[in-house]
Amino acid sequence: MKKINKKSLNGFINYGIVIAAFAVIQVLLGMGRLSNSLQSLLVPACCYIVMAVSLNLTVGILGELSLGHAGFMSLGAFSGITVSILLQNALPMASARLAVSMAVGAVAGALGGAIVGVPVLRLQGDYLAIVTLAFGQIIKNIIMVLYVGVDETGFHIAASSERFNLGSDGVAIIKGPMGAVGVTKLASFTAGFVLIMITLLVVQNLVNSRSGRAIMALRDNRIAAESVGINVTKYKLMAFVTSAALAGAAGALWGLNYSSTVASKFDFNTSILVLVFVVLGGLGSIRGSIIAAALLYVLPEMLRGLGLDDFRMLIYAIVLILVMLATNNDQLKALVGRVIPKRKKVAANG
Amino acid sequence: MAEKKQFQKGKMVPVPSVSIIPERDLDKTPILECSHLGIDFGGLTAVNEFNITVGRTEIAGLIGPNGAGKTTVFNLLTKVYQPTRGTILLDGLDTHGKTPSQINRMGIARTFQNIRLFNNLTVEDNVKIGLHNQEKYSMLSGVLRLPKYWRQEKAAHERALELLSIFDMQDMAGYQAGSLPYGAQRRLEIVRALATNPSLLLLDEPAAGMNPSETAELMENIVKIRDTFQIAIMLIEHDMSLVMGICEGICVLNFGQIIAKGTAEEIQSNPTVIEAYLGKQQ
Repeated sequence: MKKINKKSLNGFINYGIVIAAFAVIQVLLGMGRLSNSLQSLLVPACCYIVMAVSLNLTVGILGELSLGHAGFMSLGAFSGITVSILLQNALPMASARLAVSMAVGAVAGALGGAIVGVPVLRLQGDYLAIVTLAFGQIIKNIIMVLYVGVDETGFHIAASSERFNLGSDGVAIIKGPMGAVGVTKLASFTAGFVLIMITLLVVQNLVNSRSGRAIMALRDNRIAAESVGINVTKYKLMAFVTSAALAGAAGALWGLNYSSTVASKFDFNTSILVLVFVVLGGLGSIRGSIIAAALLYVLPEMLRGLGLDDFRMLIYAIVLILVMLATNNDQLKALVGRVIPKRKKVAANG
Repeated sequence: MAEKKQFQKGKMVPVPSVSIIPERDLDKTPILECSHLGIDFGGLTAVNEFNITVGRTEIAGLIGPNGAGKTTVFNLLTKVYQPTRGTILLDGLDTHGKTPSQINRMGIARTFQNIRLFNNLTVEDNVKIGLHNQEKYSMLSGVLRLPKYWRQEKAAHERALELLSIFDMQDMAGYQAGSLPYGAQRRLEIVRALATNPSLLLLDEPAAGMNPSETAELMENIVKIRDTFQIAIMLIEHDMSLVMGICEGICVLNFGQIIAKGTAEEIQSNPTVIEAYLGKQQ
């Protein structure tokens, strides 16, 4: 029989890891030890960690494969950018504007999650994966043709450049295939850190509550979950929408970290990249997602710095394969078990 | 066809009750009343004309040869399958069109023939999932850890251990459910079903794979559960010592039809039942 670790302790360790990493990076920044290229990776790494943890809620904890997570990120990014530009005069404080934009991004992500989730969560397995995949592409293509701007007469939105008649003094926020341009960079590493902490708080507390247990029950055995009175659609939707909302907030942070953002950034490859983080970190393991996202996002860029530019994607692929082999190797697990005798299998928490 | 439509509209046709409502029941109305219940899979009639009543604290047995449709009856009662015809009244309320989770909230809990636990979760969490609908705090209080969360989680923890103590399993609370030995998994499933606070508990082959001493212990526990919780229990079982030992009313099913109803003695001496189990006497 296997004993399972106390969950609350695991949660605190995760907060500890994130806080420690934040402190170390702040110290390094203060000492000027981080190169510019590494500094520029901090905020995107935070976004990817949030994306991975939130996708883990759908894939690892709810147990449904979603291939359109970048779609929610994209919704969050463009709604966040729009709001930040609209509020430019009304809310001069940058951090407050960032917070509002991220909140709006989260709401946009949640709405997208609900619109996709209500019909789609009735499907199971492969079908759900196919529909979420299609959703990601649809969102990308819609934003590619979208023109959004604001001028004296108000807010303008159009589906083609001909119909987009903005006044001469107007500001175009999203310009179709060119994406959002002229964005004031509001994102900061501290904001990314706060977002990660909020994400951890939401996901970990959700998992250890009544609702989270219902979600995990659906993953482990849907028929049994129904037989003890759990409303399948409600809890699937809860996990899916929460996950989409967090992805939306991460998207807003991403969008406000660059002066321009194009919709094609949030395509299928991004969804798969986040899924790779989740799978390699371990399904259901929050800590695994954090570490995998941070390492696997920074690694290829580090290799670039080492002068291995030609081979970096090759090395990246080899690392992925080695990690996959290692995490499934019983002998290696036994070795780790001997080195750290108290290490026990942790299921569905972290 | 005309007949089918009539039943779907919920028009009741009186059914003669064979099942004996136990003397000890203060409320003599049945907890479960099935009339003309039936289901077809394509052209195949799996269950037909299933009429049964179960008293409020009765232990009822459902027996029959393999493939007789016993588990199908359980699946009809819990709406895993929607019945083709007939009505199921639970405590006088029609269950037509309800989903399995709604049925559970109305008061029917069940276990499964092939154990269905939440294998990756702890024993305690399995029971707490059974307590799901008795905890009332929202997702927000859970995420923000409001006082309501702590109060109700504490209560749920205590209740879970209390329920596990029925089978002396409180020491296993921290173990992974999927790693328990077979017998303990079966018992955990019963505890989880009880946690939903049912008025009717359906046990699908609770003694399957148990040795005689374990079966004897299980029999005692089933009676104990009935006595402490004051609920009706209906069980499917192939172990005749268990069925004949504790069931007050027994219903025999063969090829989807009820072939006999009555007490243990009546069933044992019923020629149709003997024929169904052993074949015709030459």
